[in-house]
Amino acid sequence: MRVVILGCGRVGSTLAAILTREGHQVSVIDRDQASFDKATQRLGPDFAQETVRGIGIDEDILRQAGIEEAEVFVAVTSGDNTNIVAAQIARKRFEVPKVLARVYDPIRAEAYREAGMKTICTTALVAGLLRDVVLGHPLRSLQEYLDTTSTKPPHERASG
Amino acid sequence: MYVIVVGAGKVGYYLTRTLIAEEHEVTLIEKDASRVAQLASEFGEVVVVGDGCEVRVMEDVGMGRADCVVAVTGHDEDNLIVCQMAQRHFRVPRQIARVNNPKNEPIFHLLGITETVASTRIIYSLIDQEVETGESLLLTALKLRKIVIVTADLALDSPAAGHMVKDIHLPGECILAAIIREDHILLPSGTTRLESGDTVIGVATPQDQQGLRDALVGVGAPSPPRRAG
Repeated sequence: MRVVILGCGRVGSTLAAILTREGHQVSVIDRDQASFDKATQRLGPDFAQETVRGIGIDEDILRQAGIEEAEVFVAVTSGDNTNIVAAQIARKRFEVPKVLARVYDPIRAEAYREAGMKTICTTALVAGLLRDVVLGHPLRSLQEYLDTTSTKPPHERASG
Repeated sequence: MYVIVVGAGKVGYYLTRTLIAEEHEVTLIEKDASRVAQLASEFGEVVVVGDGCEVRVMEDVGMGRADCVVAVTGHDEDNLIVCQMAQRHFRVPRQIARVNNPKNEPIFHLLGITETVASTRIIYSLIDQEVETGESLLLTALKLRKIVIVTADLALDSPAAGHMVKDIHLPGECILAAIIREDHILLPSGTTRLESGDTVIGVATPQDQQGLRDALVGVGAPSPPRRAG
């Protein structure tokens, strides 16, 4: 699979390394060269097939990273708004089949999930997971964790 | 009207002042607490601390009853998300977004935010309503074939001073659109007589703009100093 990842922090670089090791073609975009350097230090020089330095909502940078042929686009910068905007560009402008955005803010994550975007709210996920671990409960499904912070009744929640 | 402004930089600040002067209800949202403290003495409760992208903050300021939201932070992604959330989540009828990097403007349109302003300068000129003198203003925003506005201040020795419009030798595709005389605006006809002290506003093609200036103020006349715009 051809994968474009926006954001080369811990999650972005680790995800890239895992997918690359499994044989996929991964390019990673980040606006700071330092992020790529740190990733290389942690994971070795081949953590991704290609790294592109630039702003992730810039069409030219996205094209350089191969978004036109990509099957998957994952936005995991530290900025929710950047991730949400980039994910929409990937979907609407480049019609990438599978688009994911990490969104820290649970309310924004849910609002955009309702609008049809696949968002992963790691805040809700980790908080819910830790709760179960702390209380000794059996672990639940991904969807249940993502819904941890939902203020809506179960039948009104958007499914991820 | 109830207008919510997000971002208290220079643009947000002046915009808020203007809206208040025009007697609209305004709330100005700003992330930086020290900036809010700075503005509190002038704006009082109009300015609030908060991240304008957070739903809780939007609820607190009554986004649901706003007539218009204006996102003028220094970050395009933030402006975009503010407008999208206002549009989808709160159904605010109008969203206006500042676009810092002109390259991002098509992204706003792609994502459903059509009222965008891609230049601080345009916003300032809308607020101040000044026309630059002495130079031509290229109005690409008009979406016509390219035209140029020429303004010229007539002096006693200007060739056009004292003459009727119809007697002035204007190059091919020019018109004189307006004359500012003292504090009045005149829309000239052929028999309007130009006077020293008039500011003449003409419209020309780029090729003819110099010919128009020459006909009004003479060949080699120095350009008057630019007024701040």
